[in-house]
Parts: sequence; C-alpha cells; structure tokens
Amino acid sequence: MEILVCVKRVPDSAENEISVAPNGADIKRDDLVYSVNEWDNYAVEEAIQIVERDGGKVTVISVGDSDAEEIVRREMAMGAEQGLLATDATFEGSDGLGIATILAAAAKKGSYDLILTGALADDGAAQVGGMIAALLDLPYASVVNKIETKDGKSLRIGREIEGGAQEINDIELPCVLSIQTGINEPRYVGIRGIRKVASVEIPVLDAAALGVTAGKVGADSANVKRVDYFVPVAGAGAEMLSGSNDELADKLVALLKAKGGIK
Amino acid sequence: MNAKLFVFVSHRNGKADDSAFELASAAKTMLPGSAATAIVCGSGVDAVATEAAQLFAEVWKFDQSALAYPNAELIRPLLLEVVPAGSVLLLAHDTFGFDLGPGLSVKLGAAYVPDVVGFDGLDGTALKVVRQEFAGQVSAHVNANVANGAVVTVRSGAFKPSEVSPGGQVIDKSDEAAGLTAKRTFIEVIEAEAGDIDITREDVLVSVGRGIGDKENIGLVEELTDAMGAAMSCSRPIVDAKWLDKGRQVGTSGKTVKPKVYLALGISGSFQHLGGLKGNPFLVAVNKNPKAPIFQVATVGIIADLLEFLPVLTEKVQKAK
Repeated sequence: MEILVCVKRVPDSAENEISVAPNGADIKRDDLVYSVNEWDNYAVEEAIQIVERDGGKVTVISVGDSDAEEIVRREMAMGAEQGLLATDATFEGSDGLGIATILAAAAKKGSYDLILTGALADDGAAQVGGMIAALLDLPYASVVNKIETKDGKSLRIGREIEGGAQEINDIELPCVLSIQTGINEPRYVGIRGIRKVASVEIPVLDAAALGVTAGKVGADSANVKRVDYFVPVAGAGAEMLSGSNDELADKLVALLKAKGGIK
Repeated sequence: MNAKLFVFVSHRNGKADDSAFELASAAKTMLPGSAATAIVCGSGVDAVATEAAQLFAEVWKFDQSALAYPNAELIRPLLLEVVPAGSVLLLAHDTFGFDLGPGLSVKLGAAYVPDVVGFDGLDGTALKVVRQEFAGQVSAHVNANVANGAVVTVRSGAFKPSEVSPGGQVIDKSDEAAGLTAKRTFIEVIEAEAGDIDITREDVLVSVGRGIGDKENIGLVEELTDAMGAAMSCSRPIVDAKWLDKGRQVGTSGKTVKPKVYLALGISGSFQHLGGLKGNPFLVAVNKNPKAPIFQVATVGIIADLLEFLPVLTEKVQKAK
C-alpha cells in the first residue's frame, strides 16, 4: 500500500506555556519547544505498521520551511521511506483550505492508496483531512482509532466516537483518514535513527511544481483569518493557594476535609 | 445578510442530542433575529422532528432507511443537493461534525469556521467569531468571509441550551433523500468496556494527567487516592500512553462523571476533558503551569511540582484521618 502522511510542526502545548505577544498579532514564539503534532505522529506510526505488515511505502509530507523539514526527517527516522516538503512564499498565511489545497495537489502527484492526517492539531480545527478528501473526491473518516487492512480494495476501520465507543465502518480505497491518538504506540526515535536519515534528500515542491496558483492558497485567498490572539477573560477563576508545599498541603487537607474529600 | 441559516440536528435513541439545544441558541447569537431551519436525517425520526420543531421555526425531515445511522458520507451529498448556495450551516464540533463539516464546506464553496466558542456579530460579509487554540491556553478573534456561505461548527457547552416553545413546522423532504450511496459503510458501534471500577459512581475522584510525567509516578497518585479513600481517574494522554485503562478516562471521548470533589493533578483542562466533568464539583487543580486553562474553572488552584507536592499531601491526608 502506498501511504501519504501529512504532518505539521507545532509548538508543543504540553511542554510550553503559551502566551500572547504584546500586540496580540501572534503568540510569543521565542522560547517555544516545537515538535511534530502529536496526532500526526500516531498517523506516521500507523502507516509504518501497515507497510511492515502488508508491504508498500510510506511518504511523509509537510507544508512549511526548513524548520518543517526537521520534523519530516524525524518521521523518516521512524521508518517512513520518503519525505516531501511543500515550500513556497505564496503558501504563507494559508487557511485550512489553502493547506488542504497544497496537500491535495501533492497527493495528486503520486498514486496513493491511503492518505492520513492527524485528527487535530494546535488550532483544534480538525479540518485538513476532510478537506483533502473532498478536493480529491475520496471517501473520508475522522478520529480513526483502528485500521484493519482487508483485500486491498477496502479497509475496516474504527472511529472513536463520544463516550469512548468505537464506530466500525468499511471504507473503500483509496481514502483519507484522520488518526486519533492512542491508535498505537509510536516508536521511539533515537539519535542513531536521526543520524541515519540526516543526509537523505527531501525534495522541495513549490507552487509551480504542484500546479497551485496564488488565487487558491496564501493569505490573500484565505476566507478564514485570525485577527488577533488574546487571553480570555476568565470567570471568577480559581482561588489560588500560596505557601510552601507544607503549607499548601495543610490548606488543601483542611478544604478537602470540609468538602468530604477525605473519607 | 440574506443567507439561509441551517442547523444540523444530531439525535440518538429517538431524542435530539444536547447539541441541538445549544446550536439553537448559537444560531440566535450568531445572527439575531434570523430563523434557522433544522435538518433532521434518520430512519423513523418523527419524534425527533417534532422535538426539533420546539426549537426551530422550520424543520426539514429526511426519513430513509439508508440514514438509520448518521454516516457523513451519505449525508454530505444529500446536503449538497438540498442546501442552497450561500447558506450558513451550523453543526456540533463533535466526531460527526469532524466527518461531515470540512468536506461539506469544500463542496459548497463555503468558508469553514470550526470549533467556535463565541460570536461577535457580522460586519459586511465578515462573520466575527471567537475560537481557542493551543489546547485552550489562548483565544483568537477570527474573521470568516461568508460571502459564499459558511459551515460553522460550535463547541459543546459554549452556548446555553435554548428554551423550547412549540410551534415549528415539520416539512417532510424524505423523497429528496432517496437512492443515496456512499463508499463508506457503517457496520456497528462497540460500546466502551466497563473497567475494573465505575468512576461515574464515585463521589471523590483523584484524576491524573500528562503533568505526572512518567508511568512510575502514577504510584504517587495511587498512594494519595488510597489515603483519601477516593477513586483514581485520568485524562486522555494517560490512556493513550496505556498507563491506565480506558475505563478511567474522564472526557468527551471517555466517561462523564459527577463527583462532589474532583482533584485534577497535572491536567491542563482541555474542553474535551472538562466536557466529561458534570455536576459542578469542588474542583481542585494542581499544575506547575500557572497558565493552564484548568485554573479558570477550578474552585481552588495550586501551582506546584507534583513529584514534590504529592508525597507531602499524602502524608498530611494520612495524619488527618
């Protein structure tokens, strides 16, 4: 099976305190730790496992600059055979549809049986996979937490729906799936793995190579634009306790006792 | 704005989903004075259509056996047939909305405006909305050009459920939903397995999140839980890492719990997690990140390193008994 996995470089929100830059135009990015979007990492692992089982090839693609190349390389170190980078000045400022347009154009350059994205990324939109499917007229399923390959014509998939239930579907190939975390256990990438792919060439696809015109991508054609970031006005917010760990524990124990939290 | 406004009504077991009530008030907030048309798809959905008519002036009913389960791959082409160009369609930002929405917006040539938590009005063709990014750590004002319509998904809990009042009209459009086919076939729903404990029945939950750092540190939480005589639950990353069973996960993709006391340890407080926490408990949040969104909703907050704080707390709890 030929599999294309779309990955995004994001600030790791588990590792960072995200705060808003003074003018609200962006978040403060100076000291952020970036990584591959967590959902995308599960998607790459799933693709590699399918290929290890059934044969084929995994290609990883990201839209971005040389920083994005770093995460493509990291995912190649996991076992993806091919990396691609979609880079062009006209891509900057694209909205979700712009990114999906670039990725769909890249997908058309190959002949992929399966296209995977993460179910969500840092903006929580959960949009790019479904848009790629629509642009390519392929069937789609989101929040996939199980993939069984069958006869090469279709897949049996599980979707994680509300309440932790799993919705089982058959879906025809080729198709697009967005992958939920927890579908597998992504392998660890060590220094040796990174070194092995350090000099592998990652082809760069620009707008001309992809046949994408400026009217379809980039800031000017974006229908959905962020005006600014802000810190939400919290409700009353928590009553913050202060003191040493010892004092904090004393205060908390008293509160928990009063509220019936200690039996 | 003259665009026609639609709300897609999800339902289960013959009842409209909570999201339908929230979407009804979201529609009124988005475009005050406008009347939204509800879309109800399914098989044998008279009761749901009647229920929807208490929320919406007009309900379009699409009743077909092929729609017995909400398969977005069937419903998307149906909506493309029946929804006029330039319409604005509201959906819940849930796992069905994820399936249906993005592709629908592409096919309609409409803007996709996902996971909206607030509306700031309409300025010409710019729909002004509020979203959150980075797991709720910051918010963003977003403008969407809705000149060619929009598909808007609305976050669960962001809008108060609408009051019901009878009087809406149900229009049967089932004939327009005949002969639908899709390349994706629904097989079955497998309900989540019951775990070793039922956290939905517990009064006091000690809940652990990603901030615990390592599997071996779960023991510290277990000791505190035992000392308190409580039960241990967790957020999604702990289950993804397979440190605890799925049965202990609180959240929209896990269990919905209603404890009296909820101690959130190293949990940032994503809306997906908070969506599983009901009943307005005494919520204590302990987190080393002072910007963690959980502090906005907690009753009491403590900024501390769990590995240092938990052993101290456990000892004090043991002495207090």
